[in-house]
Amino acid sequence: MNSLILRTISRFLVGLMLLFSIFLLLRGHNEPGGGFIGGLVAAAGIIVYGIADGPAAVRSILRVDPRAIAMVGLLAAIVAGLIAALAGAPFLTGLWTFIGATPGDKGLAIGTPLLFDIGVYLVVVGGVLGMVVALEEEV
Amino acid sequence: MVSTMTLSEENAPTRLPFAFFIALASALAFTIGFALQVPTVASGEPSTLLLPWAPSLGVDLAFRLDGLGLLFALLISFIGVLVILYAAAYLRRHRDLGRLQLLLLAFMLSMLGLVTADNVILLFVFWELTTVTSFLLVGFDHEKPEARRSALQALLITGAGGLALLVGLVLLAETAGSYLLSEILTKGTAITADPLYLPILGLVLIGAFTKSAQFPFHFWLPNAMAAPTPVSAYLHSATMVKAGIYLMARLQPSLGGTDVWFYTLTIAGAVTALWSSMMALRQSDLKLMLAWTTVMALGTLTMFLGSDMRIAVLAAMTFLIVHAFYKCALFLVIGNVDHGTGTRDIDRLGGLAAAMPMTAIIAVLAALSMAGFPPFLGFIGKELKYEGALAIAEEPYLIAAAAVAANAMMVAVAMAIVIRVFLKRRPSETQTLPRSPHEASAMMWIGPLLLAAGGLATGLSPQLISKALIEPAITGVLLEETTVKLSLWHGLNLPLLLSVVTVTIGAFLFWQAERVRTGLDALVAVLPTTGDRSFDAIMETVQRVSTFVTNRLQTGALGHYLTVIFIVIVVGGNLSLYASGLSIDLDQVTPAPFIAWIVTGIMILATGVIVVSTSRLLAICALGLVGIGVALIFLMFGAIDVAITQLMVETLFVVLIAIVLLRLPGFAGNAHPGRLGAVRDAVIAIGAGLVVALITIGVALTPIDLEITRFFEQASYPEAYGRNIVNVILVDFRALDTLGEVAVVATAALAVIALLKVRPPSRSVGGSR
Repeated sequence: MNSLILRTISRFLVGLMLLFSIFLLLRGHNEPGGGFIGGLVAAAGIIVYGIADGPAAVRSILRVDPRAIAMVGLLAAIVAGLIAALAGAPFLTGLWTFIGATPGDKGLAIGTPLLFDIGVYLVVVGGVLGMVVALEEEV
Repeated sequence: MVSTMTLSEENAPTRLPFAFFIALASALAFTIGFALQVPTVASGEPSTLLLPWAPSLGVDLAFRLDGLGLLFALLISFIGVLVILYAAAYLRRHRDLGRLQLLLLAFMLSMLGLVTADNVILLFVFWELTTVTSFLLVGFDHEKPEARRSALQALLITGAGGLALLVGLVLLAETAGSYLLSEILTKGTAITADPLYLPILGLVLIGAFTKSAQFPFHFWLPNAMAAPTPVSAYLHSATMVKAGIYLMARLQPSLGGTDVWFYTLTIAGAVTALWSSMMALRQSDLKLMLAWTTVMALGTLTMFLGSDMRIAVLAAMTFLIVHAFYKCALFLVIGNVDHGTGTRDIDRLGGLAAAMPMTAIIAVLAALSMAGFPPFLGFIGKELKYEGALAIAEEPYLIAAAAVAANAMMVAVAMAIVIRVFLKRRPSETQTLPRSPHEASAMMWIGPLLLAAGGLATGLSPQLISKALIEPAITGVLLEETTVKLSLWHGLNLPLLLSVVTVTIGAFLFWQAERVRTGLDALVAVLPTTGDRSFDAIMETVQRVSTFVTNRLQTGALGHYLTVIFIVIVVGGNLSLYASGLSIDLDQVTPAPFIAWIVTGIMILATGVIVVSTSRLLAICALGLVGIGVALIFLMFGAIDVAITQLMVETLFVVLIAIVLLRLPGFAGNAHPGRLGAVRDAVIAIGAGLVVALITIGVALTPIDLEITRFFEQASYPEAYGRNIVNVILVDFRALDTLGEVAVVATAALAVIALLKVRPPSRSVGGSR
């Protein structure tokens, strides 16, 4: 689609949507959001860019094959489970550490579920983009 | 028939593949290992080995080596050594020699497992492994269509028999109350008295008859001659086809001893033996000739296993050894002839004794044993057959006559091989052979020479095998101690007289070979059908029916698929509503808020637009509007995460479908279903919508057990440090489900990408059958 307006807008939109998608991913544990939704928003943002500039442009800003992104995501999710297994707990048990914890406040909770959710995010981004880009290239 | 096989040249400087050494070393090790077991087993002490596999299913790696198993195991591993050696020379320059050697080894291991397995399921597993490996071996020259056809035919027939066998063995084990063969064999009378006896017998015999090429399943074996000669020598004379014989001998104590057993085996065996020896006489391809005589031997063995008399079993066990020796040697002789002259057509060959002296000597030795001349083991085998046949109480003359007739034809075949191929001059000296005849290398005559000489040595001093091998084997079949005395001279008696008759008829048949062949050709021509033709007819019918069914179900039109899916939803939904007895009381339905009505109204309007629109873009946008309406409704009822997901999925869906559909031509004139079709589609669509709406209302009215919801609400923050229950469930409580789902997403994406990127092949892949 050769539209100057869309091309110009898409530059800003893609950045904003990617930022928003990470925001959704990180806040997902306590507020609406999470890896799946975040991944969809990120994919949608890049697709807007792809509609304006074409699949080749998408490949060049991604730098890696979308399939690789999906596979890294799957690996991250499995690793998140294996960490628990290596620690002696059942596979995929959530393990947490608390940064800046004070008595009465747990501080910032970081745990294997976050890595797992990042994995989900990457699988969704990689999978959706892989399909859309392939479709745009072939049709 | 001119052999088109890729034959090696003498003294080829190519190196033997590594696989050859593995195969040879394994076969040698097994031969020595089994030979060392002979004294133990002969003393009546079977060796056993038990490794747990799946004890809860009654399946263990239970092995037991008794006399019967040991006889087979020795034949399999010893002939395996010779065939592996021979194949290395015969296919020296074949690029896939390594594959052949490994397949031969795999086949040998399967056979050894089969004859030593003590668990019926284990036995079946090895049985199927021999089927699979023999499929690969018969189809070794897979670039030739007839090799592929023969391999497939052998696979289908023995595979179908294998399925019957599995059912039969499971029934047998359940009836006997044990999956251990050694225990099943002790329950003979209980099994033959059971009402399930006939089904068990039928199913087991289908397995044995298909594997051992008994009438009416005999035809696959001659076709399997598409395999390279060493494979034929190994599988189709000495080993695989004997698997059915082994099974019948093995199960004799539990299934035998009844009239059904006796008449089925005797009649099938006799018919097979007679028919196949007639077929052997009319062949001009030496290899096919031998293939049919193998079927004859299998028929004879089956015929004698019908009886549980000691003398009949003795005849069967002795003939088993006789046959393995001379048949394997003769197959390899034919291989040498093919290799040295380029043809196996008996009408083009002659006088090879001068050019191929070693091969000729082997041929004479093996053929004399085959024809049953003294002092060869074949003579003892033949005398025992006649003695056994005359001793069988039920039908002595029928069996003896069948044995004499079949043996006479064997004499004729043996004479044809020796006299016409090696001694008599070539029929037309002007016609040249594809190659000038030359002797095969030592590696190609040592093996057959050992086998042929074995037939002579064991004939001269039969005590070599009678005590060590045959006695324990008979004990293994009949489960009772026996003593066997084999000797060349039995005195002047009826069997000796029958031997003289046999040789006389055989010589007469050989003298009148041309007339016999013409007569048999005429006989085959008037037959309404043959096994081979029936097989083709069945295969064609199967293909036609499956093509018909596939064409009906897989039309390739998306509209048809959707119609079927939605009809199933309407019918299935109604049925399940009816079955669940759900009563829908519309008074209980809470009225929706006003804003929900507005959203729903927009959705209905959008749906109307989709139905009547002639523009794809408009239809897609309207479809997106419906999806966004659904997302808004989710939002209204507090399911924020679901709403966001729905919104995003809807957006991506519109993008995806727009990419594809916008490049297609417009709706107009594009296979519109017509007025009647439109009505039909409308009825299906409205029906599906109503059913889904009813189910949704019904589910909403059913009281929900909130226990799980309460658990998640309470446990979410204290245990998983998250306040968004949906996300905590996804990444923590039910993370394994999510892991599975993302794996599916990734796999589906890979599949879609692969499908999109695939190019139509530039050339069609031909030759599919």
